[in-house]
Amino acid sequence: MKLRYFAWVRERIGLAEEEVELPDDVVTAGDLIGWLKGRGDNYAHALEQDRHIRAAADQHHVPHDTDVRAASEVALFPPMTGG
Amino acid sequence: MGKSFVSVLDDVLEPAAWIHEGAPGCDMDQGAIAAFCGVCRSENGRIEALELEHYPGMAEAEMTRIADIAVDRFDLLSVLVVHRTGVVPVGEPIVVVAAHSLHRDAAFDAVRFLMDYVKTDAPFWKREVLAGGVRGPWVEAKDSDNVARETWALTG
Repeated sequence: MKLRYFAWVRERIGLAEEEVELPDDVVTAGDLIGWLKGRGDNYAHALEQDRHIRAAADQHHVPHDTDVRAASEVALFPPMTGG
Repeated sequence: MGKSFVSVLDDVLEPAAWIHEGAPGCDMDQGAIAAFCGVCRSENGRIEALELEHYPGMAEAEMTRIADIAVDRFDLLSVLVVHRTGVVPVGEPIVVVAAHSLHRDAAFDAVRFLMDYVKTDAPFWKREVLAGGVRGPWVEAKDSDNVARETWALTG
């Protein structure tokens, strides 16, 4: 699965995108965030306010309880500030 | 069924030209156009520019989704949503939305609807560029933006 990060999530993790193999117990977007937080201080810092992190599966907004296993691309980013 | 016209631009946004561009195929002899243009503020000289990041592909898709909902909900002839990315100096437009309808009420309502949804759903993020060109903090999302979106009480 391809993961993409934007804005300060991207900066804190230090990557714009990466390919990952999901462990079997990662099912939802929320599980993915929780798993990533255990991968290092940079991830833990980027995702510490996990309730506020937004997720998109294949470029569609999804709530944290959405099953993302079938997605080819999942993006994590802060609340949007366009307009 | 009305038309939706969306674009993400990394160059100067000229509102009048885009509003004209966004109404192709419409009978301009019937109807009303309402438009909104959001401009980069200086915050009393504190800010020199805003640097915008977006999610290519999803930004256009979300703008189209929002525009299509507006066309349907307000029975519009056409909708335009154009958003800047990259560095936008103070005084330059960041976003332009326009709604073309038979009568003005629908056009006015649609413009507010479009902006409320673009703010909360289109994947763009702003960061401040301070006086002297120093990169400042990311702009924080406002709770009031979510409240504005929710007042439309739209599901899905």
